[in-house]
Amino acid sequence: MKNYYQPEIETAPYEKIREIQNEKIVKQVKYVYGNVPYYRNLMEKKGVTPDDIKSVDDIKKLPFLSKDDLREAYPYGLLGTDLKNIVRIHSTSGTTGKRVVAFYTQHDIDLWEDCCARAIVAAGGSDEDICQVCYGYGLFTGGSGLHGGSHKVGCMTLPMSSGNTDRQIQFMMDLGSTIICCTPSYAAYIGETLAEKGYKPSDNKLKAGIFGAEPWTEEMRQEIEKSLGIKAYDIYGLTETSGPGVAFECEEQTGMHINEDHFYAEIIDPDTGEVLPEGSKGELVFTSLDKEGFPLLRYRTKDICILSREKCSCGRTFVKMTKPLGRSDDMMIIRGVNVFPSQIETVLLKEGYTPNYQIVVDRVNNTDTFDIYVECPAELFSDKVSEMQTHEKNLNTAMRSMLGIGPKIHLVAPKTIERSEGKAVRVIDKRKLH
Amino acid sequence: MAITQLSAFLENTPGTLCETISAITDAGVNIRALSVADTKDFGILRIIVSDIEKTKAAINNDTVVKETPVIAVKMNDEAGALNSVLRVLRTAGINIEYVYAFTGAVHGNAYVVLRVDDVEQAEKILSENGINTLGDSDIASFLN
Repeated sequence: MKNYYQPEIETAPYEKIREIQNEKIVKQVKYVYGNVPYYRNLMEKKGVTPDDIKSVDDIKKLPFLSKDDLREAYPYGLLGTDLKNIVRIHSTSGTTGKRVVAFYTQHDIDLWEDCCARAIVAAGGSDEDICQVCYGYGLFTGGSGLHGGSHKVGCMTLPMSSGNTDRQIQFMMDLGSTIICCTPSYAAYIGETLAEKGYKPSDNKLKAGIFGAEPWTEEMRQEIEKSLGIKAYDIYGLTETSGPGVAFECEEQTGMHINEDHFYAEIIDPDTGEVLPEGSKGELVFTSLDKEGFPLLRYRTKDICILSREKCSCGRTFVKMTKPLGRSDDMMIIRGVNVFPSQIETVLLKEGYTPNYQIVVDRVNNTDTFDIYVECPAELFSDKVSEMQTHEKNLNTAMRSMLGIGPKIHLVAPKTIERSEGKAVRVIDKRKLH
Repeated sequence: MAITQLSAFLENTPGTLCETISAITDAGVNIRALSVADTKDFGILRIIVSDIEKTKAAINNDTVVKETPVIAVKMNDEAGALNSVLRVLRTAGINIEYVYAFTGAVHGNAYVVLRVDDVEQAEKILSENGINTLGDSDIASFLN
């Protein structure tokens, strides 16, 4: 079984991939230098010119981009071309403060959808398949990315978006979906709901699932595979670099192949920025090789992982990355949504609370639980239970509008949340994802 | 004539109530009436005490304490007494947020604490209907 969408590149000898990368990086750096003043400034500050970049080996000379740069340059500062060439935007699930808007030309959409198509084909997909896309559609990249990839492969595409599980199941069973794309926690939830409705795993026609946008474990994979009767494949990506499909899993299920003809990956020491040799654990950095709308060079993902060029039994030559093993910042991914403790702090202060709080994240029945314990200030204290519950409800609403997901709020007595001399332990993540 | 109730935010954990009550005991304050509302995460202690200032001083600084005017109605300790009070309030359309009862030292008397939003209005209605309510001075003097 050889499942390639673009075999000539996916299985090309490493030297060939390298050649393509070298050719592309020279052009991409010139393009960015000429079109993105923000990055040109960074290069000038570092004393680098496009002439210094002759191959991917020279990428290490380029300055890094971080999420802070993206925020500073918001909204148009990192745009790579005239707006008339842009056909779409996508945005991260953050807040005003943390939101990232990425721009796509038709060329960018095409290469992104190719990447997603490779992922679908690697999971066994073809034009014979019925692909149910239940990632969220809209600003989130998940829905559009897999939807576009599914079109390219020629699957019959079910643009379900997320939620409405009864309807998901009805379409899945009635139309006979063979591939499902969603977050792993939603896949697990669908599996549970199917069982509750009395379906056996063999009752559905699904054969594969492509799951990403949040961290998940090997145990969760096994559970999903069992409950849906499928093979579950991981997919990786971020809005900054396009969306899902930057890397995808093959039938070997031992890591994700990075689409190296479009994205150059480095592993760096998150503290020093030094490039680490293959096999080292460090922060993943991506350089887009042929993007037009939002061409990011050396973008620091903050995801910690390991790259490996070990020969893969699937025949692909693309380098493989492990699942992210952690983060080099304090970002949490809860139910697929990026959450920073600083956002929670902002809401608390705005709503009249002290910044003494504790976040507890856990995973129960494969769904993330999200609880915030916050001290009740004297001004908000009431002898009436109803009023206290209103405070909790209001805080939940304020959090939901800031974060996109609503935590369960627990009011606790003042001075009861542990103070710390050094760095306060604000987050207790019990999910054991890494 | 409303009386002052103290309420305190308590963690819903073993020993919290005891700690607060011990502090009040050590200050030599007598608790006339008490009620605790509980939720999953926390409790709200509500007390009527013989000395408000002493109580506030005794309770740990870190505990959030609030004063609220509530109505203490004096009734005969007999069947139907509370019902006739409640009927009066119902007729007047006054909503009771919560209620708790206590008995006094004088045999035959019973008391009920009523938490309403409009204390003035409730008192007026009660008094028009010949129902007696207590004031802070009554609480401080009786039973001491």
